[in-house]
This record gives sequence, C-alpha cells and structure tokens, in this order.
Amino acid sequence: MARLNVNPTRMELKKLKARLATATRGHKLLKDKSDEMVRQFSLIIKQNKLLRDEVEKELSETLRQFSVARSVTPAYRAETAFAMPSAVVKAECEVQSVMGVEVPKVSLINEKRSDGLPYAYPEITSEADYSVEKASALLPKMVALAETEKKVRMLADEIERNKRRVNALEYVMIPQLEETIKYIKSKLDENERAAVIRLMKVKSKQ
Amino acid sequence: MTGKIAIIGDGDSIMVFKAAGVATFPAESEAKAKETLRKIAKDFQIIFLTEELAKPLSDFLKRFDEQPYPVVLSIPSKNGSTGYGTELLQSAMERALGVDILFNN
Repeated sequence: MARLNVNPTRMELKKLKARLATATRGHKLLKDKSDEMVRQFSLIIKQNKLLRDEVEKELSETLRQFSVARSVTPAYRAETAFAMPSAVVKAECEVQSVMGVEVPKVSLINEKRSDGLPYAYPEITSEADYSVEKASALLPKMVALAETEKKVRMLADEIERNKRRVNALEYVMIPQLEETIKYIKSKLDENERAAVIRLMKVKSKQ
Repeated sequence: MTGKIAIIGDGDSIMVFKAAGVATFPAESEAKAKETLRKIAKDFQIIFLTEELAKPLSDFLKRFDEQPYPVVLSIPSKNGSTGYGTELLQSAMERALGVDILFNN
C-alpha cells in the first residue's frame, strides 16, 4: 500500500494519528448505517413486490375490460364522454426521512364524487362504468406503489453510495494512514538512534 | 403540500383514468412522452407512465431519482404487463444487496 507523501516529523505523526482515529470511527458509523439501511431496504422491497404484483394484475384487468367496453361505442363519442372529468384527485405529498434519505410520503386525499360518474349514462356502456369505478378504487394502491417504489430506488442509490464510502475508508484510507504512521515512527526512531550513536562517538574521542 | 397526479400513455390506456379524475397526457411515441414529462415534471408530484414508454426512457427517468418529487411510476398498459417493473425492482435489489431475496432465480 502506498504511503502518503509527508515529512517524517513528530507534528505529522500527531496529525496522522488524529486522522486515523477519525477515519476508524467514521468507518464504524458508516458500516452501522449501511447495515440498518440494508435491513430497512429488504423490508420495503418485499412490501413493494407484493404491491406491484397486485397492482399489475388488477390494472391490466381493468384496462383490458375498459378497452373492450369502449370499443362498443364509436371513438369520438367515447372521447367526448370522457373529455370532462368531474373531479380531480389530489394527493397529500410529504417528505419522510429513512436513515437520512429524503423519501416521498404520499396519501390520496379522499374526495367523494357527489354525482357519481363524470358522464351521462346513455353515452357509454355499463361495462365502462365498472372499469372507471375499478380504476378509481385502484388509485390509492397505485399511489402507494409509486411511493414505495421511489423509496426502493432512492434507498438503493444511497446504499450503493454508502458502500463505496465504507470501502474507500476500509481499503484505502485506513491502510494508508497506518502505513504512513509506521513509516514515520521508524524514521523517528532511526533518527533518535543516530543521535545517540553520534553522541557516543563524540564522547569516546574526548 | 397537496400534489397533483398525472398519467402519460397511449390514448386507450389512460382514458379510464381521466374519468377517475387523473390528469391525462396522451403520448404515442417515446419522444413525445419525454417532452411531456419535461413539461409537467414541476407541476405534478405523481406521474404514472405506461411501461411501453418508460422502458426506452429509463436513462432519462433516472434523473428523477435524485429528489423525492416527482414520483414517476411505470404501470402496465392495456396490453398487459411486460415485466419491466419487476426488472427495475430486481436491478435495484441487486445494486443494493448484491443478492436476490425475492425471486430466487
């Protein structure tokens, strides 16, 4: 391992020792953080998988049903029927912190539509009504899925970044510091021995 | 903060959500979807995108992962699921954990 390019002096030794202590402590902390993040991540990803499977199944079904129902009426009529939504769904968006990572936290604001569906009944087949209802019922789940999936991706990024930091400390920074400290120590010892020998030589000549 | 929800996809897949009260943006091609995304990313907090459009745009979508909002989620279109969502999940898991704990293959 390459040692740092520093002068072998007592001052440097002291500085490096302080840095080594900081690096070791930082390494331990980051490693703990990484462990906890991995634990949380595995919980979230399991939840995400279940939710995803559920949403995908129901959504494909709803959309297929809707496109069948829609094909019965002419395209222009269907389009005019659906052109004006009577309600707008809104979501409450907050930011939550998971192990120092800012992740979204959303929940659907429940607004009951007063007049039922946003179109007149004669305009469209009743199958379409079912699909619209199903889609509305599915929305909270989709929003929840969006939230967890974003969480998963952000946590994955953060875990990767953190791992890199831990490794850099463990395999580069700390060995380098240790090596340099050893080098400075041996250099200083040698200087000391040289000074002693010199003194002895000078004394013996007198 | 109150956020708005949008959906981008081909006309048939998203029409049902329009009735459910979601803002819809039809896009047939990935270029159109990208342009729409860029336009609405600041105004909408949750954006659903059909898998057919999300797949070619995966590099572009990565930039949204830096911040909590907007949340972009790929959903299956009327043609059914392509497995792209699961793929994304798997790649995130492999990056973070290095092992497969869900799919066992």
